[in-house]
Amino acid sequence: MSEEKLDAIIVGGGLAGCSAAIVLAKAGLEVLLIERGDYCGAKNMTGGRLYGHSLEKIIPNFAEIAPIERVVKKEQVSLMTKDGALDIGYRSAKLSSEPENASYTVLRGEFDTWLAQQAEEAGAMLLAPILVDKLLVEDGKVVGVEATGDQLYADVVILADGVNSLLAQQIGMKPELEPHQVAVGAKEVIRLGEDVINERFGLRGNEGVSWLSCGDPSDGNFGGGLLYTNKDSVSVGVVATLSDIGHSDLSVPEMLDRFKEHPAIAPYLEGGKSIEYSAHLVPEEGLAMVPELYRDGVLLTGDAAGFCINLGYTVRGMDFAIESGRLAAEAVLRARELGDFSAQTLSYYKTLVDNSFIMRDMKQYKGFPTLLTQRAIFEDLPEIADDIAGKLFTVDGKPGDSVIMYAVNLIAKRTSARELVDGITKILEAF
Amino acid sequence: MRKMTIDDKLGLNKFNVDESYSHIDVDLDYKDEAEIRKLLLACPAECYKYEDGKLLFAHAGCLECGTCRVLSHGKIVTAWRHPNGNFGVQFRHG
Ligand SMILES: Cc1cc2nc3c(=O)[nH]c(=O)nc-3n(C[C@H](O)[C@H](O)[C@H](O)COP(=O)(O)OP(=O)(O)OC[C@H]3O[C@@H](n4cnc5c(N)ncnc54)[C@H](O)[C@@H]3O)c2cc1C
Ligand code: SF4
Repeated sequence: MSEEKLDAIIVGGGLAGCSAAIVLAKAGLEVLLIERGDYCGAKNMTGGRLYGHSLEKIIPNFAEIAPIERVVKKEQVSLMTKDGALDIGYRSAKLSSEPENASYTVLRGEFDTWLAQQAEEAGAMLLAPILVDKLLVEDGKVVGVEATGDQLYADVVILADGVNSLLAQQIGMKPELEPHQVAVGAKEVIRLGEDVINERFGLRGNEGVSWLSCGDPSDGNFGGGLLYTNKDSVSVGVVATLSDIGHSDLSVPEMLDRFKEHPAIAPYLEGGKSIEYSAHLVPEEGLAMVPELYRDGVLLTGDAAGFCINLGYTVRGMDFAIESGRLAAEAVLRARELGDFSAQTLSYYKTLVDNSFIMRDMKQYKGFPTLLTQRAIFEDLPEIADDIAGKLFTVDGKPGDSVIMYAVNLIAKRTSARELVDGITKILEAF
Repeated sequence: MRKMTIDDKLGLNKFNVDESYSHIDVDLDYKDEAEIRKLLLACPAECYKYEDGKLLFAHAGCLECGTCRVLSHGKIVTAWRHPNGNFGVQFRHG
């Protein structure tokens, strides 16, 4: 195999890798997709919600044939304290009304397997389970990969090996991750049955809910909880920023149990049966952690490139991974036309990324990481909100302040004027 | 829902453990308790344990998240690799 030179090798059969493979194989290139798991998806976990727009560009109306779980028709965000939760909910016919704005809950074991099949049907070769040990570099140019002692050569290598991209680190394209740049997610998939889910969450047919929360589950640590409805199960998890672990004595598994046992969550899980427990890192520093995207003979996509944002009310990485995989493929097709895979030609990938929604959105939310590091959001705000809501919804016949005065007093009691100004400035800067 | 231990939870998963090779190397003589505490709290699979002043590590239930590497690379974690293809956890749902 070693004497043969392929058109492209893609490392990692997640969303970014499979997307790149589909586009390149459809254009007739000889593509090898290498995945370390037994099947694509075997090593991958996500919260749950895929915004469909970027996959639409590769496979129009994909949701009609792909193994999606449910169509998100209901959004919920909660600020949680130990005993309570203030919910902001939104339900509208506008949500997921057409393929371009639709979002779906997914489970990656099944979904990635399906996407890899699309790549194979388009003509890509899938090699799994094979771990790529290192990149082959000659005269500063990436010329292939080494896996289980075999050397495989190609015009270009696309790295789609996820957040722990040891390969990009090996060649110095990317430094080791720092604890403030990533969060760990721990999640259980809990089977409840389709009818129970529809009844409990107020859903019909394949309608789904996305429910995120911040506050109590992480006990003031930076992080939050998530719940997504699948067909007959729910994905329930917590996300905690690594640099903040140890701020309280809660361990990550304890945060997950605390979330599951929270009075606002527990009733929904009653009678459920856990069927899987998983964990994964989430890149969450945003723009500041995006590394070099290209070098001679190599491109970086998806989580490996830090393309992910955590906005508290939503996490987005999957639509970025798919789009970056497609754009990397476009850049490779152009390089092939020019017969040149140097960094200079491949820099077209960065131009494409810069002009895409990936960079537009990453830039728009670039202040969010600093906003997320305002402890008040995780510690004080849920409590303040809970106090106000408690007041608003409690009728006890006793006289009291008007709710507005009550709120003003409450905020003033906890926050100095200076902190308030600082906090508001941070929030404004984020937009 | 009934409360589950971490072993109950890991028991739900499909693992193909590489008995002859640990993909993570750990300095078991590491003494700084603040550093040890971080890993005890952070590892979602509780692969790290601290008993009678001694650090213990088992790779068998590892979920391959990378948390311990990012938190303690070059300190407690002396080397972190992916398991060889075919080994480790296999998420059926994910
Ligand atoms: C808890 C949590 C919640 C999230 N929630 C959401 C959400 O609701 N919506 C959203 O859009 N995003 C969410 N994300 C982010 C999203 O999951 C990621 O951004 C996305 O999965 C990245 O895709 P990828 O293809 O870049 O990487 P991955 O999906 O990680 O794929 C990388 C692949 O490379 C393989 N690989 C790695 N190294 C090698 C090697 N050396 N050799 C061979 N194969 C290798 C891996 O096995 C894997 O298949 C969440 C993430 C987490 C952890
Ligand atoms: S990689 Fe994750 S699950 Fe494995 S030992 Fe490290 S922290 Fe624990």
